[in-house]
Amino acid sequence: MNNRLLPAVLALVVGLVAGFLLYPMFAGGGEETAPAVAASDDADPNAEPEPLPVVENRSTLDLVRARGYVRCGVSQGLPGFSNPNDSGDWSGIDVDVCRAVAAAVFGDADKSRYTPLSAKERFTALQSGEIDVLTRNTTWSLTRDTALGLDFVGVNYYDGQGFMVRKELGVKSVMELDGAVVCTNTGTTTELNVADFFRTNGLAYSIVAFEKSDEVVAAYDAGRCDAFTTDASGLYSERLKLADLNDHVVLPEIISKEPLGPAVRQGDDQWADIVRWSLFAMVEAEELGVTSKNAGEMRNTQNPAIRRLLGTEGAFGQNLGIPNDWAYKIITEVGNYGESFERGVGENTPLGIPRGLNALWKDGGLQYSPPIR
Amino acid sequence: MSSSPQPWNNPKLRAFAIQLAVLFVVGSFVWIVVDNTITNLQRQNIASGFGFLENPAGFGIALTLVEYTEQSSYGRALLIGFLNTLLVAVIGIFVATILGFTLGIARLSSNWLVAKIATVYIELVRNVPLLLQLFFWYFAVLRALPLPRESLSLLEIAFLNNRGIYVPALLLEGNGLVLGLSALVGAISAWLVARHAKHKRLQSGDSVKGAAFAPLLVIALPVLAFLVLGMGLKAEIPTLQGFGFKGGWSLIPEFVSLLLALSFYTAAFIAENVRSGILAVSKGQTEAARALGLKPTPILRLVIIPQALRVIIPPLTSQYLNLTKNSSLAVAIAYPDLVSVFSGTVLNQTGQAVEVIAITMTIYLSLSLFTSLVMNWYNRHMALVER
Repeated sequence: MNNRLLPAVLALVVGLVAGFLLYPMFAGGGEETAPAVAASDDADPNAEPEPLPVVENRSTLDLVRARGYVRCGVSQGLPGFSNPNDSGDWSGIDVDVCRAVAAAVFGDADKSRYTPLSAKERFTALQSGEIDVLTRNTTWSLTRDTALGLDFVGVNYYDGQGFMVRKELGVKSVMELDGAVVCTNTGTTTELNVADFFRTNGLAYSIVAFEKSDEVVAAYDAGRCDAFTTDASGLYSERLKLADLNDHVVLPEIISKEPLGPAVRQGDDQWADIVRWSLFAMVEAEELGVTSKNAGEMRNTQNPAIRRLLGTEGAFGQNLGIPNDWAYKIITEVGNYGESFERGVGENTPLGIPRGLNALWKDGGLQYSPPIR
Repeated sequence: MSSSPQPWNNPKLRAFAIQLAVLFVVGSFVWIVVDNTITNLQRQNIASGFGFLENPAGFGIALTLVEYTEQSSYGRALLIGFLNTLLVAVIGIFVATILGFTLGIARLSSNWLVAKIATVYIELVRNVPLLLQLFFWYFAVLRALPLPRESLSLLEIAFLNNRGIYVPALLLEGNGLVLGLSALVGAISAWLVARHAKHKRLQSGDSVKGAAFAPLLVIALPVLAFLVLGMGLKAEIPTLQGFGFKGGWSLIPEFVSLLLALSFYTAAFIAENVRSGILAVSKGQTEAARALGLKPTPILRLVIIPQALRVIIPPLTSQYLNLTKNSSLAVAIAYPDLVSVFSGTVLNQTGQAVEVIAITMTIYLSLSLFTSLVMNWYNRHMALVER
């Protein structure tokens, strides 16, 4: 055979074989690929192509267990919600939800790792299986719950969009902002809310939207815009970056509902349940007066609700597919919802956010856990 | 050895068969990836398809060249973003080219100070990341300028503050189409005069008197039409109302700083291309021109630059492409370009990442290919004609 032909033929054969072997891997899951999978099984019954994370059928819980830690998507640094310190340790109320899930699954809250995500990247990261749960101050809305292949499992912070202006403007209400320039960041629901609000009220405005919140604050501080808008919690947290925070005032109106909560991939109900009930367990613990300090003693109490929560009665963890002391571990390792709130964003933190809507239902707030029984 | 070769030894047939097979492999790979993406999107209940482009966008945009309201569709928002990208790219290329040529020639100047200033500028600007320069210009501009109520004003009709530059708008009373048409007629007649003058010069060596003023026709004809038809001109002066100025024409600081950063940055690279082009023209050309008695400026304009252009144009094309693509950094300083509007806000609101990113990539690709096409045509036009 001609020696010029040989390499070409070899390359072709290798290419064809590689294409044939790769085919089931890339097309895994599609109905039309079944014969291809069968064919490769015939060749070697033990060979199971390593599937891509998205298309496989193993449950998220199995994957997390096999990996040894939970992967959570968090913000790129929002004090009080998810923020890294000098040594790279993350803290905040969103991080606490992730730690609670790790405590429920592994009995160790430290078996959690964090991926900082921009507003744009967050959903794709979850869809593609790069993270197991998205705990990143993300608003639960119909589109996101239905069209993105996600499931929101609860609300760990009830928020709403607010406005901040310079005190010297003398503005007392959002209604006085006719013709104002408003700064915000892209990749969030805030642009739509501003448009809706100003249009509904017949006010003129012009919007300046940055990719990162640091630039929004800098531009607002430099006087590029009259008002700065984002979620009210974000205003409290971004205000800390301003030159003199007493020169600025947060207006009383809240123009939207922003229930922030964790989300998981659609289609894995067990994993959704674990995340949902990890959050509920924290709320339930606060309601029952169980804290990270007294949880040990509380195990001996006669109160049946507390005994069920802490796993001394019943087999509620088993039903979730995790150990029975799951909630006990969450409370001792992370704390109850109130502890997490006060530590992250509460009155004694630089943010100083009052409980407000996030108080327990019996204190006039919206935080309510279905019973654990 | 047989006299008639076997079919697999026929080089033409063999080449065809191999190419067909490779095409098949590549084709099926692309098909598998596309099909698998669609299947996975459907399996995960993620919306797909391009129907979303017709849904109302609902959000506002700061700079719109054509009409846009919150009720406009996502498709319209895409157009706004595209036009904004095009605006900054076209003006940026224009400014960068002029500045780049000036700097490139200045760097080779025999005047020590001029050459050193150009060198310092080029080395400084070329070696600082563009994103940092963008922030520098944006925040330098914002911090240096006063708030709207303390605006700098020129004769109380033009204003400068950190919300932008405001100048009186000139509103035409009457039909603007007439002016456009007369400008077009002016341009065509200027071109005809120039062609005639060149033809005559080549034929007889005589120059046509006044031909150098022909380009003025482009302006003169519309002005004439304006005066003859007795059209009115109304100036709308910007006034301070509430939070800022209303009326008049304005430029937002995001546009100004993006334009400055892009054109200053790219000009430094173009300057180096120009320098390499000029140095590529052999010294004998200058000496020969000087021997003919030409002065330095005509030597540069008539002898050096036309030859240097052949070396300059291909890398210049790359710089134009870079400038266009670099304009996507606009999102960092809130200029509403294609990336900011479409693959930022629209992507977030619809969640259709695959479609949105695919459209964005296609647009940048088409823009770049179009620029290449035009520049390659220009390059062929300028290339050395061998006789």
